Order: sequence, then C-alpha cells, then structure tokens
Amino acid sequence: MFDGALQDLVEELGRLPGVGPKSAQRIAFYILASDPADVSRLATALRVVKEKVRFCEICGNISEETQCRICRDTRRNGAVLCVVEEAKDVVAIERTREFRGRYHVLGGAINPIEGVGPDNLRIRELMTRLADGEVTEVIIATDPNVEGEATATYLIRMLRPLGLTVSRLASGLPVGGDLEYADEVTLGRAFEGRRTVDV
Amino acid sequence: MKLYRDEGVVLRTRKLGEADRIITFLTREHGQVRAVAKGVRRTSSRFGARLEPFSVVDVQLHIGRNLDIVTQVDTLAPHGRAIGADYALFTTATAMVETAERLTEIEREPATQQYLLLVGALRSLAERMHAPSLVLDSYLLRALAIAGWAPSFGECARCDAEGPHRAFSPAVGGMVCASCRPPGSAAPATETVALLGALLTGDWSVADASDERHRRETSGLVAVYTQYHLERGLRSLRLVERA
Repeated sequence: MFDGALQDLVEELGRLPGVGPKSAQRIAFYILASDPADVSRLATALRVVKEKVRFCEICGNISEETQCRICRDTRRNGAVLCVVEEAKDVVAIERTREFRGRYHVLGGAINPIEGVGPDNLRIRELMTRLADGEVTEVIIATDPNVEGEATATYLIRMLRPLGLTVSRLASGLPVGGDLEYADEVTLGRAFEGRRTVDV
Repeated sequence: MKLYRDEGVVLRTRKLGEADRIITFLTREHGQVRAVAKGVRRTSSRFGARLEPFSVVDVQLHIGRNLDIVTQVDTLAPHGRAIGADYALFTTATAMVETAERLTEIEREPATQQYLLLVGALRSLAERMHAPSLVLDSYLLRALAIAGWAPSFGECARCDAEGPHRAFSPAVGGMVCASCRPPGSAAPATETVALLGALLTGDWSVADASDERHRRETSGLVAVYTQYHLERGLRSLRLVERA
C-alpha cells in the first residue's frame, strides 16, 4: 500500500492484538504527525519494557528485578499463597487490599483444545514451592469459567496429599446488582456457595 | 432485522478485544456458526455465564458482515459446571468438541446428526451414565461414521469377506481378512473387536461389561483411526485423562 518505513510500521502495528489494518494505518499516520520527542519517548518505552521487565523467579509475576515487589516484601504473610492465572489477576486482587499473602502465577489455564496442558503451566514450580512447608494455606483464584474450574480441579487433586488448607474463591452475585437480573448459572453458584450467618 | 434463532452447543470460545469473545457453536439447523458475544467477559454480562464450552443453549443471532452477533441466550443444559468439576470429564469433553468442530468445518452447512450425537454424548458424560473413555470412543467412532468414515468391525473392510477377522488397519477402514491385511496392521484381542463393534452401534450392555485391558486397547485403536482420518491431529486427544 505505502512505501518503505511507513508500510513497515503499518504492518508491525497490524500484528498487535485487536488492531486491524485500518486501525494500524490510523495509528501510523498519528505517529507520523506527532512531535518527534513524543515518538522518541514511545520508542524508548517499548525498548525498555522488553529489556527490563522479566518474570519473578519465585512467583512468575511481572518484575524488573529477579524477584517481584511482593515476594521481596517481608511484611507479607508467607503462609498463605494465592494461585492466579495471569499477572493481571495479581493487580486485580491487590486492588481489593483484602489479601496480605503471596502469589503464584500459573501463566494461563488448562485448555486442551488450544494444546495447553498441565505441563505448559507453572504447576511444577508451585509444587516445588510448597515442598518446604512454609505455606499452610492455598487460595485458588483461577477464572470462574470452565477452563479455570478444570484447572482448579486439577490443582486441588495435586494439593490434597500435602495436607494444606485449600480454598477456592467464591462465585456469585456482583455487588450492587439486582437478583432478578442474575443469570441462572451465576445465581445457582451463589446458592451453592451460600454461607451460614451467626444469629 | 436480520435475526435467526437456533439451538446450539458451545464448542469453543476465544477472547476478542477488551471484553468480547468469539463463540463457535454447533447448531441444530445451521451447522457450525461463529459469532461475537459482546461484553461477555465483564462480570456485569447478562449472558456470559451461559456461553461456556459444553453448554447447550437456545441462541438468537444477528447476521453480521463477517461474524454473526449473539443477541440473546437461554440455557437448555448447562453441562459446563458438571464437566469442569471433574478433570477427566473435562479433557474427554474437550476432545469431543474439538472433533465436532473439525468434522463440521464448513460454516452454515447443516449437520443435525453431528449435533444430536454431540448433545447426547455430553449429556451422557455430565450425568456419568458410562465410563468417560467409553463415551469418548463411542462418540469418535459414531461421529466419524456420520462424516463418511464408518469403520467395519465385522466384514473385511476391503473385500467384504465375512468375519471375524484378526487384523485392524485404520488406512483400509477397520478389520481386514488375512489376504487383504496390509503390513503393519494391528492384531487386537477378540474382546476388543467386540467392544469396538458395541461402541459403534451403541450396545452399552456389552460396553459397560468390558474389562479395563480391552478398554485401553480400544482407546488406542480408536485414537489411531481418528487421527488417521482427520489428517491434522487433534490437540486435545493426547491430553485426555483416561481412568
């Protein structure tokens, strides 16, 4: 379509997730019309993120050091471990300010149709981590969908012989919603996971 | 409004953009349909929970330029919950939906028999009517038979000579007589051949009474037969957890 550098940029942008040929062209022209200092800052950010950011050697979270901020923090409770699918889930749970333990990032969920089995996830690293006996409770926080449930089922089976306290995040109604608008699957889960209250 | 409604099984879901998914359905009337379900990854989604793999749903779709758009969904059978809670059932069901997806690759070509077979097999799995490996092997043999690759476990697959025969060849199409037998054919036990025949015809009294050794041999032969005829290997079949 275009010549040389501009066409290269359109093609590279078009490889990004969610960016089609039209969007790639629009972004390329925006970059072309931008201030050189802004473009230079973007280019530096892209280069630096690839050079500096790596995965924490303990939990698999995103980090700029060999160990992430949470694994280095001695105030965190090392006895409780929350297992999540992606580093993005760590951020979501940290936003709650409810959890003061540590994390383990699996790197996805078991999804055989995409060729992802237990060996493709960081399950072996999790079992190694649990072997020293420091962790006494594991909270499984995989996504509440079929792949997340199957991954949780697999993990529970692996963790059972270790004699740890294992829990799974509750599923149910979103806060602030109306009961009548809940779908039957979510409402069914909410009933299944109901809890007794002190009266 | 270009709307249509159909029953369908959710075969596969893929993330799209910020909060959408592309859902692959095998429908009763319209065969395989790929459609966009907007906003279903958000917790506030009205029908995200209904569009999980293995669910049987009543779906309304709007005809789009490339992909259709899901506008309404009602649950007919939420198999995802029961299947996702058991790892062996999950891997078995995944192999079944991947096979169904492969055998109905031409979008919108009606495949009612494949649809009915898959719905029955998923229900059988979710309700634990038979051992998961038997349900999978029976499903694979019958799905291939509907697609035109019916194996022969009685007569010779090449010359029609009356059986029973001793050799099995996936390339020829099942059991073969001594004179038609190609080199490298398998020689399964008589009980295994009987089990294969029972799984193809749906004779569950014979299948349920079979022993573990013959079930394992059967699974091996069915896997070889399936992979041979589907050409490209099924990714999920190697991850199926057999009891």
